[in-house]
Amino acid sequence: MAIDQQGASPEPAPGYAGRGLVRGFSTASGFVLTLFLTFLGLLAITFFIGRVIPIDPVLAVVGDRATQEQYDVAKIAMGLDQPLWMQFISYVGNVFTGDLGMSVSTGRPVIEDLSRFFPATFEMATLGILIGCALGIPLGVTAAARQGSWLDQVIRVVGLLGYSVPAFWLGLVGLALFYARLRWVGGPGRLDIFYDGLVEPVTGMILIDSLIRGEIDIFWNAVSHIILPAAVLGFFSLAYIARMTRSFMLDQLSQEFVTTARVKGVPERVVIWRHAFNPIRVPLITVIGLSYAGLLEGSVMIETVFSWPGIGNYLTTALLNADMNAVLGATLVIGAVFIVINKISDVLYRVLDPRAR
Amino acid sequence: MSNRDWLLADSPTSRLQANVGRAYRVFTALMRNPLSVLGGVIILVLLLTAAFAPWIAPYSAVGQDLGNRLMPPSAAHWMGTDELGRDIFSRVVWGSQITLTIVLLVALISAPLGLLIGAIAGYFGGWVDRFLMGFTDIFLSLPKLILALAFVAALGPGINNAIIAIAITSWPAYARIARAETLTIRNAEYIQAVQLAGGGPVRLIVQHILPLCTSSMIIRVTLDMAGVILTAAGLGFLGLGAQPPLPEWGAMISRGRTFILDQWWVATMPGFAIIIVSLGFCFLGDGLRDVLDPKSEGKN
Repeated sequence: MAIDQQGASPEPAPGYAGRGLVRGFSTASGFVLTLFLTFLGLLAITFFIGRVIPIDPVLAVVGDRATQEQYDVAKIAMGLDQPLWMQFISYVGNVFTGDLGMSVSTGRPVIEDLSRFFPATFEMATLGILIGCALGIPLGVTAAARQGSWLDQVIRVVGLLGYSVPAFWLGLVGLALFYARLRWVGGPGRLDIFYDGLVEPVTGMILIDSLIRGEIDIFWNAVSHIILPAAVLGFFSLAYIARMTRSFMLDQLSQEFVTTARVKGVPERVVIWRHAFNPIRVPLITVIGLSYAGLLEGSVMIETVFSWPGIGNYLTTALLNADMNAVLGATLVIGAVFIVINKISDVLYRVLDPRAR
Repeated sequence: MSNRDWLLADSPTSRLQANVGRAYRVFTALMRNPLSVLGGVIILVLLLTAAFAPWIAPYSAVGQDLGNRLMPPSAAHWMGTDELGRDIFSRVVWGSQITLTIVLLVALISAPLGLLIGAIAGYFGGWVDRFLMGFTDIFLSLPKLILALAFVAALGPGINNAIIAIAITSWPAYARIARAETLTIRNAEYIQAVQLAGGGPVRLIVQHILPLCTSSMIIRVTLDMAGVILTAAGLGFLGLGAQPPLPEWGAMISRGRTFILDQWWVATMPGFAIIIVSLGFCFLGDGLRDVLDPKSEGKN
């Protein structure tokens, strides 16, 4: 996949960092440039989706019952009488000044909605990736250390399940089992209804806010609600992280320095966790970054299932209401976060790997 | 000379013999890996189910029977019935046709598109390459599902638009592969020979470069099919893909969501179908990769 640890791609990576300040500077500016261009590309795509594909974007806003005057007013207000490239420039300008338009369904500016919904998504995805790392890395290492054992087979199947189980289905089954049958966890939503709105938002993340306010009851209630969706998300990153960790570790364990260490009588635990594991920490960062970005995407489905008030839920609600401004705004924000996380893990990889320095 | 000797001949005397021999070698190598055999069997069952759905399904996919609504799995209804009394097993069987259609159409649209773009970029190089690959990279760096959602939102819900949206978001990976392959063979001597003989770029790309990209493309497409099935089911689940009463698996799960707490089978059963078919493509793709592209063995 995107992780070519040994540089096996036929061409050198773009922006490959050389030695010296000048090279470092050009890498940094190149980084900003590619980031900017990618973001511009994202804007071009959302612009295309919002303004070019719909046969008549005005009709989508005013509805087919509108009179000709209303239609003309809306058309000019939306700037649709301008040529397409002018529209695009003003669209880019609007986005960079934080103007994503109004949401038809909530009646508020889209940017305001998004900043209200984002913390919930962030909280869930972060907990998910923590679960994924805490379980995925040890599982991957163990699988590699005992290659061919039953544990290795189980981890292999879990890894493939991560590619073939629909996230929304797993969420539903989890709800049916752990909430309805076993009563181990809280149901959909972030809190039980009678706790709702009791905590004054500070960060917007309920786990942190309730602790800041010293509301321990509410904190535990929030934990019982977030644990299932976060675990479902965590399963998908666990599958990917364990799979990648395993293959990185197998690469290392076949190296000669590992044999040398074993011949010298270094305990197996030390060989695995120090000699073999230390070198793979850097490529693992890229893997974790990629799966974190993937979780933000996966949260769209999970949030719908768990009625979680995050960006994904906002996006799907907007989709069903044909609220294009909100759809494109949410797409932009998720896309931008996705791009930034990808680029950061790319940079971290180059900075931390001595061979690339 | 036995058939087997003819198939495995070191110096085939015809193009047909060479091609059939190669296919035979790939097939035997695949048969040695139990997981890829399992994957192949699953895909075969899917194909047969889709082809013979009218004979396999005991009931109609859309016929309602309100007296028998929400019945648990039993001998008469192997997977139970849904809220309109429709037999879930029959609907899953009929749904295999929809899944297969989506998978085939997405592959038929996105793989050739990606192949062509990648081969053109790799063959011409220079600014053509930079422009096409810049475009590809932007698509690659965006979340697929979100992009597909936005496209469907603009195009309008429906199975055809879902297919288009998924295809639009899945070609970039193929373009990358085709470009990498083209770069490695662009300067080969046989390419130069064709150029000397007066072959133009179209002839070179279509007849001499694209055929060499197909094996890595087949691997990648097979591996990606699981993702395509999941995305299509996701769109169906959100109500943006196949519309009722079509028995699309994702849409069926979405209908069963309301009853998940008491009538678990309505949402659960179609999910198993999705998982099994996706796993089948994963197993087969893994096996194909090991056979056709031994370099990457152990990676991933």
